[in-house]
Amino acid sequence: MTVKQLSVFVENRPGRLSAVTEALAGAGINIRAVSIADTKDFGIMRIIVNDTDKAIAALKESGFLASAANVIAVIADDKPGSMASIMKILYNDNISVEYMYAAFINRDKGMACLILRVDNNDAAVTALTEAGVKLISEKEISEI
Amino acid sequence: MAERYWNEQIETMPRDEMIKLQSERLVKQIKHVWDNVPYYRKKMEEKGVSPDDIHGIEDLHKLPFLSKTDLRDGYPYGLLAVPLSDCVRIQSTSGTTGKRVVAFYTQNDVDMWEDCVARAITAAGGTKDDVVQVAYGYGLFTGGSGLHGGSHKVGCLTLPMSSGNTERQIQFMIDLGSTILCCTPSYAAYIGETLAEMGYTPDDIKLKAGIFGAEPWTEEMRQQIEKSLGIKAFDIYGLTETSGPGVAFECCEQKGMHINEDNFIAEIIDPETGEPLPDGTKGELVFTSITKEAFPLIRYRTRDICVLSREKCSCGRTLVKMSKPMGRSDDMLIIKGVNVFPSQIETVLIKDFKAAPNYQIIVDRIGTTDTFEIKVELSDDMFSDTIKDVVTLEKKLSADIQQILGIKAKITLVEPKSIPRSEGKAVRVIDKRRLV
Repeated sequence: MTVKQLSVFVENRPGRLSAVTEALAGAGINIRAVSIADTKDFGIMRIIVNDTDKAIAALKESGFLASAANVIAVIADDKPGSMASIMKILYNDNISVEYMYAAFINRDKGMACLILRVDNNDAAVTALTEAGVKLISEKEISEI
Repeated sequence: MAERYWNEQIETMPRDEMIKLQSERLVKQIKHVWDNVPYYRKKMEEKGVSPDDIHGIEDLHKLPFLSKTDLRDGYPYGLLAVPLSDCVRIQSTSGTTGKRVVAFYTQNDVDMWEDCVARAITAAGGTKDDVVQVAYGYGLFTGGSGLHGGSHKVGCLTLPMSSGNTERQIQFMIDLGSTILCCTPSYAAYIGETLAEMGYTPDDIKLKAGIFGAEPWTEEMRQQIEKSLGIKAFDIYGLTETSGPGVAFECCEQKGMHINEDNFIAEIIDPETGEPLPDGTKGELVFTSITKEAFPLIRYRTRDICVLSREKCSCGRTLVKMSKPMGRSDDMLIIKGVNVFPSQIETVLIKDFKAAPNYQIIVDRIGTTDTFEIKVELSDDMFSDTIKDVVTLEKKLSADIQQILGIKAKITLVEPKSIPRSEGKAVRVIDKRRLV
């Protein structure tokens, strides 16, 4: 069970993030999670939205380079040690995390949502599910 | 001080005598290529001209032009006019893919070339008492070996430094008392800057002159180099196709370069129509080498745009003068002394990405150093959500460009459609250097 993440190529110059978010706003897209990885000349903005296909179409319409990738959205208890236990589950199965960030999803009080990009989605989903970790589906994301 | 010449008879020869000499040599040269180079013979036959039609330089315009494409078609031996066993040397252009030119030299060709360079060194004030530091690259490039040979011929103490390792260049300059520096103008400027950075002044070195060529430079750059090194800076012109540096050289007047007309007949043509233009008119420079044995070029189109002048020169030389090249009639760029064709960059992009994305070459000059940037529009299949993948691609592109061109470019990945279009086509080259 994975969710779709949008990646957008953004040059490092004033106004680009404004343009990306304008394009999404214009299409009525709601952003569920966001992170930016930056280099000297450019950044890659990763976002999780309520309607990925519509968001990609809107971004391409505005001239942006955007692509979709499958990532895992994990629900964790908002308490010390819960992230450590999730990492341990992945480590035990030799799964590598490429990057991760937090989402703006607080369905239940006391819970946090993490977005994980791993080198092997299937193995990670199996390992996490078997360990009883709650994952969020694409459908759930769009309905929030 | 009286002007010194390396070959006074030739360098100050009256015009009518020079025309007579050129005519005799041209007639002989045309017969030589007709007899020995099937490629030339075919070209001449196609234009309906034979050696019988060539009686002197007034008939030069009847001959077909030769272009870089001909040299490429003839690679490597197609234009060779003597048995390979009579050749003693090979030099080559800077290694631009698909456009590499290999030039052959007999011992006489090498002697002629070195004689031309000796004239340039003498015009810059060089004698056998001088210490000449050659900081051009050695190897297939003609810069190092050309100035090296000319310096030997004059009898100067020659330091074959090659380019690079600037602090060592300066150390040698100080310890061995170099008096003449030969390199590219941008490297001379860099040596000047490094000298100051190392805490020295021009008074700490004995340099009196510099002979700089292989890339375009401006009057401002000349003044800057002259000031930073405490020297007089002289321009030198040449191309591998004709021999190397020394086809033309500057005298004490520092206003245009005297062409060694006894070896090279210069013409200016309209690059569009190929029609010869009168002296004083701007057009494309065309050379005919009338003394070269192994690799004689007849009416070779240099693609350099300049002006020829026969005004009397205060140095006493009667050799025609060419202005600094004012541009090119093709799309070649000279960056850091290296010839760059936009098509080469396209080749790398196609190789690395299957299809050529839109790109733009941006050349600028910061201080005296060329900067070279290539902007590449990222496309769907080049993009990934991880920085790692995109950076890997950027590095591969950078390495491949360096391998093909021999110089490093800064690769900047940009958003799709961000490179400005002009009538639907992307603007490929932006040269901000204002060299003319």
